[in-house]
Amino acid sequence: MKLTTIKALNDARNNGKSALLYSDLESGAETLTVEGEGTGDIELTPAMREAAERAHNEDRGRVVETDGRRIFIQVFNPPRRLIIVGAVHISQPLVPMARLAGYDVTVIDPRGAWATPERFPDIEIDSRWPDDALEDLKPDTRTAVVTLTHDPKLDDPALTVALRSNAFYIGALGGRKTAGKRRERLTEEGFGPDDFARIRGPVGLDIGAVSPAEIAVSIVGQITETLHRPERAAA
Amino acid sequence: MSDAQMLDHDDILERAAAWKESGDDVALATVVSTWGSSPRPVGSRLAIRGDGQFIGSVSGGCIEGAVVSEALGAMEDGKTRVLDFGVTDEMAWEVGLACGGEISIFVERLD
Repeated sequence: MKLTTIKALNDARNNGKSALLYSDLESGAETLTVEGEGTGDIELTPAMREAAERAHNEDRGRVVETDGRRIFIQVFNPPRRLIIVGAVHISQPLVPMARLAGYDVTVIDPRGAWATPERFPDIEIDSRWPDDALEDLKPDTRTAVVTLTHDPKLDDPALTVALRSNAFYIGALGGRKTAGKRRERLTEEGFGPDDFARIRGPVGLDIGAVSPAEIAVSIVGQITETLHRPERAAA
Repeated sequence: MSDAQMLDHDDILERAAAWKESGDDVALATVVSTWGSSPRPVGSRLAIRGDGQFIGSVSGGCIEGAVVSEALGAMEDGKTRVLDFGVTDEMAWEVGLACGGEISIFVERLD
């Protein structure tokens, strides 16, 4: 590897950009792409790009054999994100648990009484309105969004933005009654059954969770399942 | 690869760049593919310095010695290497690949 390549790669990673590194296993030639922009000696073929896209989506490197060359593709993705709406009791254990599972966590709550440093000592709470904050944070295919306020004034605007995004997981606190009323409100906003199917609620895996920490476990579990076993999560 | 491993990488790649910039010879060894049960996933890596010091890991510790010696060779001749390690179930415990398996490692000099 060239020193310039490793430095460009480190720069990309420090700036939260996603990068792919292609290395020819025999010659040592390499090409680095940072958010699609490539530099290097390997001319990327459609076969390489296709393998790279799968590698990127699955977060896992691989070797592609093409034109008699063996090209090793490495993936450098920024951490996945979890955006929590509501600085509530469940959020307190959810923040450290999600971090341990590798997520870059954001908590949004405009209500000053909830978002205190005593309750959340090691995270800065985003105090904007949930829709403004989410519009700015731009959930993508590597982002999970969970609404936990139980207050439609806060949860609904967040869900509205989340449903229009490519977030891979959307979870909302609330039982059947709450969900039914939410569907009515979201229908008025122009959403339909396909959108409602994306919302996991009551949030979390059905493991009999009672305490806030147990509910947080069930949420992290469900996000993990959606990520790695999407076919099962959808069932 | 998990994010924890990526953070791990981060550190290794930063260190490798820093070593190189301070004038040391450096090589990188990266897990390219694995079969069966292997302790470290694709993308796990070692950075090796000219004096034999290294950081990171590509296995449970069993093949690092062999990898470091090949890395020192790559620093000499500048050629890349692909090292294949296959381990039978009976041997697995002794060399640290807990349940048997195969692992392929790409070694390259940092230029």
